[in-house]
Amino acid sequence: MTAMLTRPGDAVRADRDSFRRLLHAEWTKFRTVRGWVIGTIAGGLLIIAVNLIPGGQCGGMQANGQPSLGGPGCALTLGPAGQAVTDSFYFVHQPMGPAGSITVRVTSLTGSYPPGNSPGQPAASALQPWSKAGIIIKASTRPGSAYAAMMVTGSHGVRMQWDYTQDTPGLGGAVSQTTPRWLRLTRAGDTVTGYDSADGARWARIGVATLPRLPATVQAGLFAASPGSSSVTSQSATGSSGSGASAQATAAFDRVDLRRMPPGSRWRGTSIGAVPNPGNQSPGGGYRQSGGTLTVTGSGDIAPSLPGGDGGTAGSVAGTEVGTFAGLIAVLVVATMFITAEFRRGLIRVTLTASPRRSRVLAAKAIVLGAVTFLVGLPAAYIALLTGERKEQAGGISMYPVPVLTELRLIVGTAALLAVAAVLALGIGAAIRRGAAAVTAVIAVIVLPYFFAGPLAVLPAGAAEWLLRLTPAAGFSIQQAYPRYFQLGFSYTPGNGYFPLAPWAGFAVLCLWAALALGLAGYLLRRRDA
Amino acid sequence: MSQAPPAQRACPAEMSRASRASMRDALHAEWTKARTLPGNGWLHLAAIALTVAVSAAVAAAVRCPSGHCAEDPAKISLTGIYLGQAVIAIVAVLGVSTEHSTGMIRVTLAAMPRRATVLAAKAAVLTCPVLASGAVAVLGSVLAGRLILPGHGIGPGHGYPDLSLTSGPVLRAASGSVLYLTLIALLSLGIAAAVRDGAAAIGIVLGLLYLFPILGQVAGTGTWHRHLDQLAPMTAGLAIQATTGLHSLPISPWAGLGVLAGWTAAALLAGVILLGLRDA
Repeated sequence: MTAMLTRPGDAVRADRDSFRRLLHAEWTKFRTVRGWVIGTIAGGLLIIAVNLIPGGQCGGMQANGQPSLGGPGCALTLGPAGQAVTDSFYFVHQPMGPAGSITVRVTSLTGSYPPGNSPGQPAASALQPWSKAGIIIKASTRPGSAYAAMMVTGSHGVRMQWDYTQDTPGLGGAVSQTTPRWLRLTRAGDTVTGYDSADGARWARIGVATLPRLPATVQAGLFAASPGSSSVTSQSATGSSGSGASAQATAAFDRVDLRRMPPGSRWRGTSIGAVPNPGNQSPGGGYRQSGGTLTVTGSGDIAPSLPGGDGGTAGSVAGTEVGTFAGLIAVLVVATMFITAEFRRGLIRVTLTASPRRSRVLAAKAIVLGAVTFLVGLPAAYIALLTGERKEQAGGISMYPVPVLTELRLIVGTAALLAVAAVLALGIGAAIRRGAAAVTAVIAVIVLPYFFAGPLAVLPAGAAEWLLRLTPAAGFSIQQAYPRYFQLGFSYTPGNGYFPLAPWAGFAVLCLWAALALGLAGYLLRRRDA
Repeated sequence: MSQAPPAQRACPAEMSRASRASMRDALHAEWTKARTLPGNGWLHLAAIALTVAVSAAVAAAVRCPSGHCAEDPAKISLTGIYLGQAVIAIVAVLGVSTEHSTGMIRVTLAAMPRRATVLAAKAAVLTCPVLASGAVAVLGSVLAGRLILPGHGIGPGHGYPDLSLTSGPVLRAASGSVLYLTLIALLSLGIAAAVRDGAAAIGIVLGLLYLFPILGQVAGTGTWHRHLDQLAPMTAGLAIQATTGLHSLPISPWAGLGVLAGWTAAALLAGVILLGLRDA
């Protein structure tokens, strides 16, 4: 021993060697307890098995027994970048060449409910925050084709939007007879520039959209669209029940000025992306021309499309990983027992005699546990993604596409979530030492906040969000698959797969808790008699 | 298993007296164990405190400025049950699992060879304190809701029913919640007797309770979702708390508690069978 201490290199090597032996000892303990191996593998299988629960069917039945018309994600419209989009509006258009411009003045934007489809609310509520009308330059009348548009909106002022996901604000305030809004789009090849003005004299440039591979002849003109009104009436453990009604927007345009249109072209009205809807006689919209004024009425939306929204996870890639909750509980039980069983059997005294540096024992346990759960979680998350997608497709539901990197984060993130949660459980188990109490504590801090904020939904949104920011349940943020869009009125709730923190930020919160628990456990392990 | 001498076997009256005596002894023994188990009293106190605290916190967080929300005052003020049941489950699980982990179970079964009797005694000894602490927790929660909710737009002044135990539905929600906690305790006892290990038992109990509503999201809004809600021990059992919108519940209140009772009976049966079959 003295000989070794005189040579620092040897001491470090011996140190490293002893830690390797410690890791080996902990791995041997883990692998030889049959219940733990079974429990860990069962955790992985549970992640996959949850996808055996039959999901929704395209055009299936709603909870109230009525057939759902259209259904979520039955057939997706894909935008230029391959993402799912909504593209349905009333379009009054003329062809436009490679260069040109369109200028209009908007003097009003009002909302209404289609006749026979009123939800029993006052008509004044029909104008939605994102009801929109204005001018648009669009590659073709095919739903999902590239576009750039300048518009007035229900309560978000003037906006320039293009290719479904891009959104730039212009003048604020509502449009009216006394405060009209002038809008202009100019096209030069693949580039479309948007301007707005309050008086038609002083113009401000709002944004420049580059629309790759825009055809030489595009369609330019006026449009109107309005998403349906939606009001969630109640949320409970049984899911949320909402009431929605389709709404339409009507806008009045004058001073229409078209430059360099092919000669002899006239206005044509087209209802873009109209869903044949046998349930109601909703007109697809229309337009009227009197004097210099064009009045356009339309419903629908030009925006990104997101899965869920009706309380289900149909078509969501993240929804395929919901089994993580089931697998997590199994993993947490094993992780807690990995340390509490030692206390119960008195094995901890042997362990600590063999390796008197107690923090290192804990570190070795954390590494073994983290590695094992990560390696079990990785294939489980991958297979869950595949089986979940297959289940949805069997029901005729298309998956909302996500980039490959997002899928990768979903899989690796789910495995990492299991691993870090297991380390947190180890820390809490070492601190509490009693198996049943420790497991309850771990489940209470990881699963319950999600339960309270998500499916139970008794808390108001603000309180629920703080619960998912501060508790270890923030770690589930890493399973978010779809971005939020400001320009899309959507309930960005945990039930729909949205968390208050960004994916990696939420995961960092969980890591912080695991580090804290491990630190506390190390401190207590050193201070207390085993 | 019975070691009764032949003389006793000849006389049924004496035998039944003897078995009654053994049940009384079993009850006394279990009560002594439950009473002296360190931490049991604390766990009951924690269950009460957590239930009331969560109920009060949720009642304080709920806002209904318009006065026209689809909120159920009784259900809101009893939200704490969602957390309190986890602590009650620990009490129940520890009552069985500590005996297995310390080896005490061998002494217990040597003294009282009728294993079903032992489990029945454990169940009885668990039920009384859980009923008591459940009643305190529920009364505290209802009181908190009664004090807090009217200030947030959910009270008699806004057209909501008075949160008083004299009204039928509220009384049903409150007493049903106490029964719910008791059934959860017995369910946990049965699972603990079947699984024997405390950590695994509590994991199964909490998974059984909390996972169904989370996983129900996969099923979307279809009929499967509704079936899950009707079958899940927690969602079905807690239908007993609803006082408004009864027609839209997936299962009626008492039928829901009946579903939970079915789960409990199945767990206790599994516990009795496995306890009888296995070496201790």
